[in-house]
Amino acid sequence: MALIRVIPILLLRNGGLVKSIKFADYKYVGDPLNAVKIFNEKEVDELIFLDITATLEGKKPNLVFLKEIASECFMPLTYGGGIKTADEIKDILKVGIEKVCINSAAVENPEMIKKSVDRYGSSSICVSIDVKKNFLGKYEIYTHSGTKNTKYDPVSFAIEMDKAGVGELIVNSIDADGTMNGYNAEIIKKITEKVNMQVVAAGGAGNLEHMFDVVKHGGASAVAAGSMFVFHGKMRAVLISYPSQDEIKNTFIS
Amino acid sequence: MVVIIDYGLGNLGSIKNMLNKIGIQSEISNDLEKINNAEKLILPGVGSFDNGMSSLNDLNLIEALTQKVIIEKTPILGICLGMQLMTKNSQEGTLPGLGWINAETKKFKTHTNTRKFPVPQMGWNYIDIKKNTPICTDFFSESKFYFVHAYYVETYNPDDVLFQSQYGENYTSGFEYKNIIGVQFHPEKSHKYGMKLLRNFINNY
Repeated sequence: MALIRVIPILLLRNGGLVKSIKFADYKYVGDPLNAVKIFNEKEVDELIFLDITATLEGKKPNLVFLKEIASECFMPLTYGGGIKTADEIKDILKVGIEKVCINSAAVENPEMIKKSVDRYGSSSICVSIDVKKNFLGKYEIYTHSGTKNTKYDPVSFAIEMDKAGVGELIVNSIDADGTMNGYNAEIIKKITEKVNMQVVAAGGAGNLEHMFDVVKHGGASAVAAGSMFVFHGKMRAVLISYPSQDEIKNTFIS
Repeated sequence: MVVIIDYGLGNLGSIKNMLNKIGIQSEISNDLEKINNAEKLILPGVGSFDNGMSSLNDLNLIEALTQKVIIEKTPILGICLGMQLMTKNSQEGTLPGLGWINAETKKFKTHTNTRKFPVPQMGWNYIDIKKNTPICTDFFSESKFYFVHAYYVETYNPDDVLFQSQYGENYTSGFEYKNIIGVQFHPEKSHKYGMKLLRNFINNY
Protein backbone atom coordinates (compact mmCIF):
# COMPACT_ATOMS: atom_id res chain seq x y z
CA MET A 1 0.00 0.00 0.00
CA ALA A 2 1.39 3.39 -1.02
CA LEU A 3 1.83 5.71 1.94
CA ILE A 4 1.05 9.42 2.15
CA ARG A 5 4.33 11.32 2.38
CA VAL A 6 4.78 13.70 5.32
CA ILE A 7 7.49 16.19 4.41
CA PRO A 8 9.25 18.87 6.47
CA ILE A 9 9.98 22.04 4.50
CA LEU A 10 13.06 23.90 5.70
CA LEU A 11 13.59 27.52 4.74
CA LEU A 12 17.13 28.79 4.28
CA ARG A 13 18.06 32.42 4.67
CA ASN A 14 21.69 33.56 4.66
CA GLY A 15 22.88 30.10 5.66
CA GLY A 16 20.51 29.67 8.59
CA LEU A 17 17.09 28.07 8.92
CA VAL A 18 14.12 30.37 9.44
CA LYS A 19 10.35 30.03 9.70
CA SER A 20 7.78 32.62 8.70
CA ILE A 21 4.17 33.52 9.42
CA LYS A 22 2.27 34.47 6.25
CA PHE A 23 5.63 34.88 4.47
CA ALA A 24 6.74 37.53 7.02
CA ASP A 25 8.02 37.66 10.63
CA TYR A 26 10.95 35.37 9.95
CA LYS A 27 12.29 33.68 13.05
CA TYR A 28 15.69 31.96 13.22
CA VAL A 29 15.21 28.29 14.06
CA GLY A 30 18.70 26.84 13.81
CA ASP A 31 21.60 25.44 11.86
CA PRO A 32 20.59 23.55 8.71
CA LEU A 33 23.11 20.69 8.95
CA ASN A 34 22.18 20.03 12.53
CA ALA A 35 18.49 19.98 11.60
CA VAL A 36 19.18 17.57 8.74
CA LYS A 37 20.93 15.18 11.11
CA ILE A 38 18.00 15.25 13.53
CA PHE A 39 15.44 14.72 10.75
CA ASN A 40 17.52 11.86 9.36
CA GLU A 41 17.56 10.16 12.78
CA LYS A 42 13.80 10.57 12.95
CA GLU A 43 13.52 8.80 9.58
CA VAL A 44 11.47 11.46 7.85
CA ASP A 45 9.86 10.51 4.54
CA GLU A 46 11.56 13.30 2.62
CA LEU A 47 13.00 16.78 3.12
CA ILE A 48 12.46 19.93 1.09
CA PHE A 49 15.00 22.77 1.29
CA LEU A 50 14.04 26.16 -0.05
CA ASP A 51 16.50 29.03 -0.17
CA ILE A 52 14.05 31.91 0.09
CA THR A 53 16.47 34.74 -0.64
CA ALA A 54 18.30 33.12 -3.58
CA THR A 55 16.02 34.51 -6.31
CA LEU A 56 15.59 37.89 -4.61
CA GLU A 57 19.35 38.34 -4.30
CA GLY A 58 20.22 36.65 -7.59
CA LYS A 59 22.31 33.98 -5.84
CA LYS A 60 23.26 30.61 -7.36
CA PRO A 61 22.61 27.36 -5.47
CA ASN A 62 25.35 26.55 -2.93
CA LEU A 63 26.57 23.18 -4.23
CA VAL A 64 29.08 22.60 -1.44
CA PHE A 65 26.34 22.95 1.13
CA LEU A 66 23.96 20.73 -0.86
CA LYS A 67 26.60 18.03 -1.19
CA GLU A 68 27.17 18.11 2.54
CA ILE A 69 23.45 17.68 3.18
CA ALA A 70 23.14 14.86 0.64
CA SER A 71 25.88 12.83 2.29
CA GLU A 72 24.04 13.02 5.63
CA CYS A 73 20.61 12.12 4.33
CA PHE A 74 19.29 8.67 3.57
CA MET A 75 15.95 9.87 2.30
CA PRO A 76 14.91 11.83 -0.81
CA LEU A 77 15.80 15.50 -0.92
CA THR A 78 14.36 18.40 -2.85
CA TYR A 79 16.16 21.71 -3.28
CA GLY A 80 14.64 24.96 -4.47
CA GLY A 81 15.90 28.52 -4.67
CA GLY A 82 17.43 30.62 -7.43
CA ILE A 83 17.17 28.02 -10.20
CA LYS A 84 16.74 29.81 -13.52
CA THR A 85 18.00 27.48 -16.26
CA ALA A 86 17.78 23.79 -17.16
CA ASP A 87 21.60 23.61 -17.20
CA GLU A 88 21.93 24.52 -13.52
CA ILE A 89 19.80 21.53 -12.53
CA LYS A 90 22.40 18.99 -13.65
CA ASP A 91 24.92 20.05 -11.01
CA ILE A 92 22.32 19.96 -8.26
CA LEU A 93 21.18 16.42 -9.12
CA LYS A 94 24.81 15.34 -9.39
CA VAL A 95 25.62 16.08 -5.75
CA GLY A 96 22.92 13.66 -4.61
CA ILE A 97 19.75 15.77 -4.52
CA GLU A 98 16.80 13.87 -6.09
CA LYS A 99 14.52 16.70 -7.07
CA VAL A 100 14.72 20.38 -7.79
CA CYS A 101 11.89 22.75 -7.01
CA ILE A 102 11.24 25.70 -9.29
CA ASN A 103 9.00 28.59 -8.34
CA SER A 104 9.61 32.07 -9.82
CA ALA A 105 11.30 30.79 -13.00
CA ALA A 106 8.41 28.40 -13.72
CA VAL A 107 6.00 31.31 -14.00
CA GLU A 108 8.39 33.58 -15.87
CA ASN A 109 9.64 30.92 -18.26
CA PRO A 110 7.44 27.81 -18.60
CA GLU A 111 9.56 26.69 -21.59
CA MET A 112 12.42 26.10 -19.18
CA ILE A 113 10.22 23.65 -17.29
CA LYS A 114 9.46 21.63 -20.45
CA LYS A 115 13.14 21.52 -21.29
CA SER A 116 14.04 20.36 -17.78
CA VAL A 117 11.41 17.61 -17.80
CA ASP A 118 12.68 16.32 -21.15
CA ARG A 119 16.24 16.32 -19.94
CA TYR A 120 15.98 15.03 -16.37
CA GLY A 121 12.62 13.25 -16.28
CA SER A 122 9.31 14.09 -14.59
CA SER A 123 10.30 12.65 -11.25
CA SER A 124 13.22 15.07 -10.84
CA ILE A 125 11.25 18.22 -11.57
CA CYS A 126 9.00 19.76 -8.97
CA VAL A 127 7.26 23.12 -9.27
CA SER A 128 5.99 25.09 -6.31
CA ILE A 129 3.43 27.87 -6.31
CA ASP A 130 2.63 30.34 -3.55
CA VAL A 131 -1.03 31.32 -3.69
CA LYS A 132 -3.09 34.03 -2.00
CA LYS A 133 -6.75 34.96 -2.21
CA ASN A 134 -7.42 38.55 -3.32
CA PHE A 135 -10.22 40.74 -1.90
CA LEU A 136 -12.60 39.43 -4.56
CA GLY A 137 -12.03 35.86 -3.40
CA LYS A 138 -9.95 34.92 -6.45
CA TYR A 139 -6.70 32.99 -6.00
CA GLU A 140 -3.48 34.42 -7.49
CA ILE A 141 0.09 33.14 -7.76
CA TYR A 142 2.86 35.12 -6.09
CA THR A 143 6.55 34.69 -6.88
CA HIS A 144 9.85 35.95 -5.42
CA SER A 145 9.06 34.63 -1.93
CA GLY A 146 5.58 36.10 -1.95
CA THR A 147 6.66 39.63 -2.86
CA LYS A 148 5.44 39.74 -6.46
CA ASN A 149 1.82 39.23 -7.53
CA THR A 150 1.74 37.66 -11.00
CA LYS A 151 -2.10 37.64 -11.08
CA TYR A 152 -1.86 34.15 -12.62
CA ASP A 153 -4.65 31.73 -11.87
CA PRO A 154 -3.22 28.74 -9.92
CA VAL A 155 -5.57 26.18 -11.48
CA SER A 156 -4.78 27.01 -15.11
CA PHE A 157 -1.09 27.25 -14.29
CA ALA A 158 -1.22 23.83 -12.58
CA ILE A 159 -2.85 22.35 -15.70
CA GLU A 160 -0.07 23.85 -17.83
CA MET A 161 2.61 22.35 -15.57
CA ASP A 162 0.85 18.97 -15.60
CA LYS A 163 0.89 19.01 -19.41
CA ALA A 164 4.56 19.98 -19.39
CA GLY A 165 5.22 16.71 -17.52
CA VAL A 166 6.11 18.10 -14.09
CA GLY A 167 6.16 15.22 -11.58
CA GLU A 168 5.03 17.10 -8.53
CA LEU A 169 3.42 20.42 -7.63
CA ILE A 170 3.76 21.98 -4.18
CA VAL A 171 0.86 24.31 -3.44
CA ASN A 172 1.60 26.69 -0.60
CA SER A 173 -1.03 29.00 0.84
CA ILE A 174 0.46 32.35 1.85
CA ASP A 175 -2.53 33.19 4.08
CA ALA A 176 -2.24 29.92 6.00
CA ASP A 177 1.59 29.86 6.21
CA GLY A 178 2.85 29.56 9.77
CA THR A 179 -0.63 29.88 11.31
CA MET A 180 -0.81 26.17 12.21
CA ASN A 181 -4.59 26.39 11.85
CA GLY A 182 -4.95 23.92 9.01
CA TYR A 183 -4.34 23.78 5.26
CA ASN A 184 -6.36 25.59 2.64
CA ALA A 185 -8.08 22.47 1.30
CA GLU A 186 -10.22 24.52 -1.07
CA ILE A 187 -7.42 25.52 -3.45
CA ILE A 188 -5.80 22.08 -3.18
CA LYS A 189 -9.08 20.48 -4.24
CA LYS A 190 -9.56 22.87 -7.17
CA ILE A 191 -6.13 21.82 -8.43
CA THR A 192 -6.21 18.06 -7.72
CA GLU A 193 -9.52 17.80 -9.57
CA LYS A 194 -7.82 19.02 -12.74
CA VAL A 195 -4.35 17.42 -12.78
CA ASN A 196 -2.78 13.95 -12.72
CA MET A 197 0.57 14.80 -11.15
CA GLN A 198 1.37 14.51 -7.46
CA VAL A 199 0.13 17.51 -5.48
CA VAL A 200 1.80 18.38 -2.18
CA ALA A 201 -0.22 20.55 0.21
CA ALA A 202 1.77 23.15 2.14
CA GLY A 203 0.99 26.02 4.50
CA GLY A 204 -0.99 25.91 7.72
CA ALA A 205 -0.35 22.45 9.19
CA GLY A 206 -0.50 22.35 12.97
CA ASN A 207 -1.23 18.68 13.59
CA LEU A 208 -1.80 15.31 11.93
CA GLU A 209 -5.54 15.88 11.76
CA HIS A 210 -4.95 18.84 9.44
CA MET A 211 -2.91 16.52 7.25
CA PHE A 212 -5.63 13.89 7.17
CA ASP A 213 -8.20 16.58 6.24
CA VAL A 214 -6.29 17.94 3.27
CA VAL A 215 -5.73 14.44 1.91
CA LYS A 216 -9.36 13.47 2.37
CA HIS A 217 -11.02 16.74 1.36
CA GLY A 218 -8.38 18.23 -0.91
CA GLY A 219 -7.10 15.08 -2.60
CA ALA A 220 -3.46 15.89 -1.80
CA SER A 221 -0.99 13.09 -2.54
CA ALA A 222 1.51 14.33 0.06
CA VAL A 223 1.59 16.85 2.88
CA ALA A 224 4.33 19.29 3.86
CA ALA A 225 4.82 21.45 6.91
CA GLY A 226 7.30 23.85 8.48
CA SER A 227 6.19 25.23 11.85
CA MET A 228 4.66 21.93 12.97
CA PHE A 229 8.10 20.28 12.85
CA VAL A 230 10.23 23.09 14.27
CA PHE A 231 8.09 24.73 16.94
CA HIS A 232 6.74 23.40 20.19
CA GLY A 233 3.95 24.82 22.34
CA LYS A 234 2.06 28.11 22.32
CA MET A 235 5.21 30.17 22.77
CA ARG A 236 6.69 28.65 19.60
CA ALA A 237 9.86 27.40 21.27
CA VAL A 238 12.23 25.89 18.74
CA LEU A 239 12.19 22.09 18.97
CA ILE A 240 12.58 19.74 16.03
CA SER A 241 10.04 16.92 16.03
CA TYR A 242 8.44 14.45 13.65
CA PRO A 243 5.55 12.04 14.22
CA SER A 244 6.35 8.35 14.70
CA GLN A 245 5.77 5.85 11.90
CA ASP A 246 2.77 4.46 13.79
CA GLU A 247 1.22 7.90 14.29
CA ILE A 248 1.52 8.63 10.58
CA LYS A 249 0.15 5.24 9.60
CA ASN A 250 -2.82 5.52 11.94
CA THR A 251 -3.59 9.04 10.73
CA PHE A 252 -4.04 8.10 7.11
CA ILE A 253 -5.45 4.60 7.44
CA SER A 254 -8.40 5.71 9.58
CA MET B 1 35.50 -4.79 -4.17
CA VAL B 2 31.93 -3.66 -4.77
CA VAL B 3 31.62 -1.79 -8.06
CA ILE B 4 28.74 0.63 -8.68
CA ILE B 5 28.44 0.70 -12.45
CA ASP B 6 28.71 4.21 -13.82
CA TYR B 7 26.95 4.59 -17.14
CA GLY B 8 26.06 8.22 -16.73
CA LEU B 9 22.60 7.71 -15.25
CA GLY B 10 21.38 7.93 -11.73
CA ASN B 11 22.38 9.11 -8.38
CA LEU B 12 25.53 7.06 -7.86
CA GLY B 13 26.79 9.25 -5.05
CA SER B 14 23.95 8.38 -2.73
CA ILE B 15 24.53 4.63 -3.11
CA LYS B 16 28.19 5.13 -2.23
CA ASN B 17 27.18 7.38 0.69
CA MET B 18 25.00 4.68 2.16
CA LEU B 19 27.61 1.95 1.65
CA ASN B 20 30.14 4.20 3.42
CA LYS B 21 27.71 4.65 6.28
CA ILE B 22 27.46 0.87 6.79
CA GLY B 23 31.23 0.44 6.48
CA ILE B 24 31.42 -1.08 3.01
CA GLN B 25 34.03 0.09 0.53
CA SER B 26 32.86 0.61 -3.00
CA GLU B 27 33.95 2.20 -6.22
CA ILE B 28 31.95 4.04 -8.87
CA SER B 29 33.35 2.98 -12.24
CA ASN B 30 32.80 1.98 -15.85
CA ASP B 31 36.32 0.63 -16.28
CA LEU B 32 36.18 -2.86 -17.82
CA GLU B 33 39.08 -4.17 -15.76
CA LYS B 34 37.56 -2.96 -12.50
CA ILE B 35 34.24 -4.52 -13.44
CA ASN B 36 35.97 -7.80 -14.34
CA ASN B 37 37.62 -7.91 -10.93
CA ALA B 38 34.52 -6.92 -8.94
CA GLU B 39 33.17 -9.30 -6.30
CA LYS B 40 29.75 -7.64 -6.32
CA LEU B 41 28.10 -5.37 -8.83
CA ILE B 42 25.41 -2.73 -8.41
CA LEU B 43 23.55 -1.53 -11.50
CA PRO B 44 21.77 1.72 -10.62
CA GLY B 45 19.89 4.02 -12.96
CA VAL B 46 17.37 6.79 -13.26
CA GLY B 47 16.00 7.91 -16.61
CA SER B 48 14.70 6.27 -19.73
CA PHE B 49 15.17 2.64 -20.85
CA ASP B 50 16.66 3.31 -24.30
CA ASN B 51 18.96 5.94 -22.88
CA GLY B 52 20.21 3.36 -20.37
CA MET B 53 20.74 0.59 -22.92
CA SER B 54 22.54 2.84 -25.39
CA SER B 55 24.81 4.19 -22.64
CA LEU B 56 25.74 0.62 -21.64
CA ASN B 57 26.35 -0.16 -25.30
CA ASP B 58 28.48 2.95 -25.91
CA LEU B 59 30.70 1.99 -22.97
CA ASN B 60 31.05 -1.62 -24.25
CA LEU B 61 29.52 -2.80 -21.02
CA ILE B 62 26.81 -5.13 -22.32
CA GLU B 63 29.12 -8.00 -23.27
CA ALA B 64 31.40 -7.52 -20.26
CA LEU B 65 28.49 -7.49 -17.82
CA THR B 66 26.83 -10.51 -19.42
CA GLN B 67 30.08 -12.48 -19.15
CA LYS B 68 30.44 -11.45 -15.52
CA VAL B 69 26.83 -12.08 -14.50
CA ILE B 70 25.74 -15.05 -16.63
CA ILE B 71 29.01 -17.01 -17.03
CA GLU B 72 30.92 -16.10 -13.86
CA LYS B 73 27.77 -15.75 -11.77
CA THR B 74 28.91 -12.62 -9.94
CA PRO B 75 26.11 -11.33 -7.68
CA ILE B 76 24.49 -8.22 -9.08
CA LEU B 77 21.86 -5.87 -7.68
CA GLY B 78 19.83 -3.78 -10.12
CA ILE B 79 18.15 -0.69 -8.69
CA CYS B 80 15.13 1.03 -10.31
CA LEU B 81 16.00 1.44 -14.02
CA GLY B 82 18.92 -0.94 -13.35
CA MET B 83 16.34 -3.63 -12.49
CA GLN B 84 14.27 -2.86 -15.59
CA LEU B 85 17.31 -3.06 -17.90
CA MET B 86 17.76 -6.70 -16.80
CA THR B 87 14.44 -7.61 -18.46
CA LYS B 88 13.90 -8.45 -22.14
CA ASN B 89 12.38 -5.13 -23.19
CA SER B 90 10.32 -2.15 -22.06
CA GLN B 91 7.20 -0.36 -23.22
CA GLU B 92 9.22 2.80 -22.63
CA GLY B 93 11.58 2.16 -25.53
CA THR B 94 12.44 0.09 -28.59
CA LEU B 95 15.89 -1.28 -27.72
CA PRO B 96 16.18 -4.83 -26.35
CA GLY B 97 17.10 -5.10 -22.66
CA LEU B 98 19.86 -7.25 -21.18
CA GLY B 99 17.38 -10.14 -21.09
CA TRP B 100 18.89 -11.86 -18.04
CA ILE B 101 15.49 -12.64 -16.58
CA ASN B 102 12.22 -13.83 -18.08
CA ALA B 103 10.38 -10.55 -17.65
CA GLU B 104 9.29 -7.42 -19.47
CA THR B 105 8.97 -3.79 -18.36
CA LYS B 106 5.52 -2.24 -18.65
CA LYS B 107 3.90 1.14 -18.09
CA PHE B 108 1.84 1.74 -14.96
CA LYS B 109 -1.81 2.51 -15.54
CA THR B 110 -3.30 5.38 -13.53
CA HIS B 111 -5.73 3.80 -11.08
CA THR B 112 -8.48 5.68 -9.31
CA ASN B 113 -10.18 2.71 -7.58
CA THR B 114 -9.75 3.39 -3.85
CA ARG B 115 -8.04 6.76 -4.34
CA LYS B 116 -5.98 8.41 -7.06
CA PHE B 117 -2.63 6.74 -7.80
CA PRO B 118 -0.73 9.27 -9.91
CA VAL B 119 2.00 8.02 -12.28
CA PRO B 120 4.94 8.17 -11.65
CA GLN B 121 4.59 6.61 -8.23
CA MET B 122 6.68 8.79 -5.95
CA GLY B 123 6.87 7.84 -2.32
CA TRP B 124 7.13 5.13 0.31
CA ASN B 125 5.50 1.76 -0.09
CA TYR B 126 5.49 -1.55 1.75
CA ILE B 127 6.75 -4.79 0.28
CA ASP B 128 5.42 -8.33 0.66
CA ILE B 129 8.23 -10.84 0.84
CA LYS B 130 7.35 -13.62 -1.61
CA LYS B 131 10.35 -15.83 -1.03
CA ASN B 132 12.66 -15.82 1.90
CA THR B 133 16.19 -15.58 0.57
CA PRO B 134 19.39 -14.24 2.20
CA ILE B 135 18.57 -10.73 0.97
CA CYS B 136 15.70 -10.65 3.52
CA THR B 137 17.76 -11.76 6.55
CA ASP B 138 16.58 -9.96 9.71
CA PHE B 139 14.34 -7.54 7.80
CA PHE B 140 12.41 -5.10 9.96
CA SER B 141 8.74 -5.92 10.31
CA GLU B 142 6.77 -3.71 7.92
CA SER B 143 9.83 -2.85 5.85
CA LYS B 144 9.11 0.10 3.59
CA PHE B 145 11.08 1.62 0.75
CA TYR B 146 11.16 4.75 -1.40
CA PHE B 147 9.92 4.31 -4.97
CA VAL B 148 10.06 6.62 -7.99
CA HIS B 149 8.87 5.01 -11.21
CA ALA B 150 6.36 5.09 -14.04
CA TYR B 151 7.19 1.59 -15.35
CA TYR B 152 7.23 -1.75 -13.53
CA VAL B 153 8.58 -5.23 -14.19
CA GLU B 154 6.28 -8.08 -15.10
CA THR B 155 7.96 -11.39 -14.27
CA TYR B 156 6.84 -14.49 -16.19
CA ASN B 157 8.31 -17.11 -13.88
CA PRO B 158 6.49 -16.88 -10.51
CA ASP B 159 9.52 -18.42 -8.76
CA ASP B 160 11.55 -15.31 -9.57
CA VAL B 161 9.29 -12.97 -7.61
CA LEU B 162 11.07 -11.76 -4.48
CA PHE B 163 8.91 -8.80 -3.39
CA GLN B 164 5.48 -7.61 -4.34
CA SER B 165 3.98 -4.17 -3.76
CA GLN B 166 0.66 -2.53 -4.38
CA TYR B 167 0.01 0.69 -6.26
CA GLY B 168 -3.56 0.50 -7.47
CA GLU B 169 -2.62 -3.06 -8.51
CA ASN B 170 -0.13 -5.67 -7.33
CA TYR B 171 3.22 -5.71 -9.08
CA THR B 172 6.68 -7.22 -8.69
CA SER B 173 8.85 -4.80 -6.72
CA GLY B 174 11.80 -7.18 -6.49
CA PHE B 175 13.04 -10.31 -8.25
CA GLU B 176 15.76 -12.83 -7.53
CA TYR B 177 16.94 -15.38 -10.07
CA LYS B 178 20.20 -17.23 -9.30
CA ASN B 179 22.81 -14.48 -8.72
CA ILE B 180 20.61 -11.73 -10.19
CA ILE B 181 18.59 -9.46 -7.90
CA GLY B 182 16.54 -6.47 -8.99
CA VAL B 183 14.61 -4.00 -6.84
CA GLN B 184 12.29 -1.30 -8.12
CA PHE B 185 12.76 0.96 -5.09
CA HIS B 186 15.79 2.97 -3.96
CA PRO B 187 17.44 1.28 -0.96
CA GLU B 188 19.98 4.13 -0.87
CA LYS B 189 17.11 6.53 -0.02
CA SER B 190 15.25 4.23 2.36
CA HIS B 191 16.87 4.83 5.77
CA LYS B 192 17.61 1.72 7.88
CA TYR B 193 15.45 -0.49 5.66
CA GLY B 194 17.69 0.19 2.69
CA MET B 195 20.85 -0.19 4.77
CA LYS B 196 19.70 -3.64 5.84
CA LEU B 197 19.04 -4.72 2.25
CA LEU B 198 22.39 -3.44 0.96
CA ARG B 199 24.26 -5.04 3.84
CA ASN B 200 22.51 -8.37 3.20
CA PHE B 201 23.40 -8.20 -0.50
CA ILE B 202 27.06 -7.54 0.26
CA ASN B 203 27.41 -10.02 3.14
CA ASN B 204 25.18 -12.92 2.12
CA TYR B 205 25.90 -13.37 -1.59
